[in-house]
Amino acid sequence: MSNSFSQVGTNVTKVDGMALATGGTLFVADLAPENALCGRILTSPHAHARIRRIDVSKAEALDGVYAVLHHGNVPRVLHTTAGQGYPEPSPYDTVMFDDKVRYVGDRVAAVAAETPEIAEQALSLIEVEYELLEPVFDPVEALKPGAPVIHDEPDAHVVIPVPYEPQRNLAAYVGTSVGDVDGALAKCDVVVSGTYHTQYAQHCPIEPHITLAELDPYGRVRITSSTQVPWHVRRIVAQCCQIPVRRIRVVKPRIGGGFGAKQEVLLEDVATMLCLRSGQPVLLEYTRKDEFVSSRTRHPSVCTTTLGFTKDGKIQAIRMHMILNTGAYGSHALTVGSNCGSKVLPMYPCDHIEFKMEGVYTNLPVGGAYRGYGATQAVFSVECLIDEAAAKLGRDPLELRVQNHIRSGQGSPIFKALGEGTEGVEMTIGSCGLPECISQGAEAIGWGRPRGKSGRRARGVGMAILMQGSSIPYVDMGAATLKLNEDGSFNLLMGATDLGTGSDTVLSQIAAEALGVDTCMIIPLSSDTDVTPFDVGAYASSTTYLSGHAARKAALLVRHQILEVAAEMLRCEQEKLTIEGGRIVGGPKELTCSDVALHSLYSHNQKQIMASASHISEKSPPPFAAHFAEVEVDLDTGFVKLLKYVSAVDCGTTIHPKLAEGQTEGATMNGISFALTEEYLFNEKGRMLNPSFGHYKIFTTADMPEMVTIMVPTYETTGPYGAKSVSEISINGALPAISNAIRDACGVRMTQGPFTPERVARALRD
Amino acid sequence: MIPIQMEINGQTIEMEVAPDLSLLDLLRAVGVDSVKKGCGEGDCGACGVLLDGVYVKSCLILAAQASGRRVETVESLGNVEHPHPLQTAFVEAGAVQCGFCIPSMLLAARSVIEAHPEPTVEQIKEGLDGNLCRCTGYVKQIEAVQTAARVMKEEDHE
Repeated sequence: MSNSFSQVGTNVTKVDGMALATGGTLFVADLAPENALCGRILTSPHAHARIRRIDVSKAEALDGVYAVLHHGNVPRVLHTTAGQGYPEPSPYDTVMFDDKVRYVGDRVAAVAAETPEIAEQALSLIEVEYELLEPVFDPVEALKPGAPVIHDEPDAHVVIPVPYEPQRNLAAYVGTSVGDVDGALAKCDVVVSGTYHTQYAQHCPIEPHITLAELDPYGRVRITSSTQVPWHVRRIVAQCCQIPVRRIRVVKPRIGGGFGAKQEVLLEDVATMLCLRSGQPVLLEYTRKDEFVSSRTRHPSVCTTTLGFTKDGKIQAIRMHMILNTGAYGSHALTVGSNCGSKVLPMYPCDHIEFKMEGVYTNLPVGGAYRGYGATQAVFSVECLIDEAAAKLGRDPLELRVQNHIRSGQGSPIFKALGEGTEGVEMTIGSCGLPECISQGAEAIGWGRPRGKSGRRARGVGMAILMQGSSIPYVDMGAATLKLNEDGSFNLLMGATDLGTGSDTVLSQIAAEALGVDTCMIIPLSSDTDVTPFDVGAYASSTTYLSGHAARKAALLVRHQILEVAAEMLRCEQEKLTIEGGRIVGGPKELTCSDVALHSLYSHNQKQIMASASHISEKSPPPFAAHFAEVEVDLDTGFVKLLKYVSAVDCGTTIHPKLAEGQTEGATMNGISFALTEEYLFNEKGRMLNPSFGHYKIFTTADMPEMVTIMVPTYETTGPYGAKSVSEISINGALPAISNAIRDACGVRMTQGPFTPERVARALRD
Repeated sequence: MIPIQMEINGQTIEMEVAPDLSLLDLLRAVGVDSVKKGCGEGDCGACGVLLDGVYVKSCLILAAQASGRRVETVESLGNVEHPHPLQTAFVEAGAVQCGFCIPSMLLAARSVIEAHPEPTVEQIKEGLDGNLCRCTGYVKQIEAVQTAARVMKEEDHE
């Protein structure tokens, strides 16, 4: 089927590639006017404290200071920073500035000043008197009766009907069960169980969060922001600053990476308020340290999972109890928590499943959306326990997976049971290339080839199988507008937010394919709330699958209009005509799209050929992947050297193969880095000790293993030209695959990431 | 304030700067936007420039230290109409995702090829070790440097 495409499946030149490679003026910081004030935020040095007194008079009196904000002079509007659709599934537990601070790094005040130096000086002149409160850092402790209550304010609430009990630090709760897990486990021949911990980690976009807020001559606020969610930014800024949506325009320029961190609305409200108060343009940006401490993180997790099998290796029951540490605010706690179940449990269909998730407040940095979105945390336990079960059953872990994994045509009660704040959607699997991912990945890694030990170094291999989703069904919406120009080119105005992923290119290809023109004739413009139609934003693996459909629908409507005009020009039946390579063929003579455009704009029955279309999805078809790792463990030092890593992925049709590979490689590398080195270190007062790339190690070229990427083609009939999502799935594999490889190499089971030499050496010793 | 003069991409500038102004902040202040600030601590490598032909991180150099010297940024490599083979190779290989780290990485890559006209994968990895990229996993960038080195060698022969 894919052979019939002319644009889809080809490696067209990335539309913004050369502009980026030549250092164009493209990012927020590049676009700030010279007179922009410098915004700075004062953050809390304490993990849990009440602000008894705040005196900003000296800061306000300083020459060059234009505005100072704090809890005493801004509206108290409860909201969530999560950057989700309305009404949000995250609790309204945040205000712009509060009289209480809940973690080291929480907002206390903000200033706008002429220079960074004056802004820093102004911050130092703000006098704050804190009453220290007892903090709680461990989510299990935080749930116990008598633990300090982090959100004791009476106005924190949820806006959808979901459990929320801030008085016992419970930010989110999900529980569901199918069948009789206890009964089924009692009858199982082999039961494996374990508690697995994942650590704090940061997205580390190389461009930290940054926002420019300017007033235009009409009194409207123009927000140029490094965001994944321009429309949610507009709505949430309107909410927090109490100004109408119509007064706000949000523009997304090029974005220096996001990975979920920039789904959060962290700076836009403060920048806008500083701009409104000062009447001046304000540039507000995070430093790298701020990005670690005050931005968002991957929710750390404690996951206890039990799997039961009959002796023939058939899985019978799964129980998972997930505790997510959401830190000081409940951003994404419910939905990351639901996804721990919904993106992991369906992999192994069985009749007895129990899932419980508690999202817990602590006085630590705040969790949020992070590529993988809960699947990363939950799949660690399940995929390690599959290997443990295989060992007990005397089976090859690969074969045990093949025997039990979900296949095309199968469903899972979990799809219906777990939605995103609501019930989910019943679904059966359409395309599933998992068998091919497993077999091709196994061949690439040399599965079954004995590795063994040489001196103090032991080698081993491990694997993991993965699924994700493609958009949130019946929730997410993307829209696009397409219009024809005189030269036969098309403006593609889309809500979809390219944050470096290449979606401007991919959606242009999809539109070009539907039109029958070359991709170079598409001029994409994404995410300007005054200009392009709406899109929920770049999250939930939705852009290609969902927004791609919107682009396709708009293009088909425009194609129809072009053929209508062409038929009129040629005085022939429209049904005979088609567009190939930008030429209208099948009639008495050939026309170009340009001929049609000139005719429709200037000659007869004039009109602008254009159309808009929206798309929502009825399904969230999972991409699938099989990951394989080969490691060498130094038995003396515990150092794990990753020798080779194979990612085999089924994302349906690869609209742009190189970009799809790039998404896979980037996600894989981030997952590897998370598994081996990345973690937050805290002192006993909850202060992060390593908020810099010098002390928080992300992988560089020097650390790379041999990497193999295999794209397994399938065709998802519900996706645009057969496509599913690709961006998130491959971040999830490294933690379990490497843990399994270490187990294979030296017999120890690593249940807590990252697998640093210290941890591995300790495990070897014990 | 300290009077300085330097050559930036062939243009001489003269100005007075604060003693603690970094070369990175100076370059951005005079409109050289391709030099990016990702950390300001010398860790991320997004601010690399060539100082008298040597690749350095401009956040770790004071503007005053660079006085009397020659600074080249990615603007000196090529432009959209006439890109450098490295720029073409990066774009065609899919090595540019968000692109924030790319201008600096291209300069590091040029230094690699200057030192090793036919670089091995290990030499490329060593040369790009100081340039963090969170999008790509580096695979396509290594490929792109190899492709560009081949193209540059062929161009040399012509």
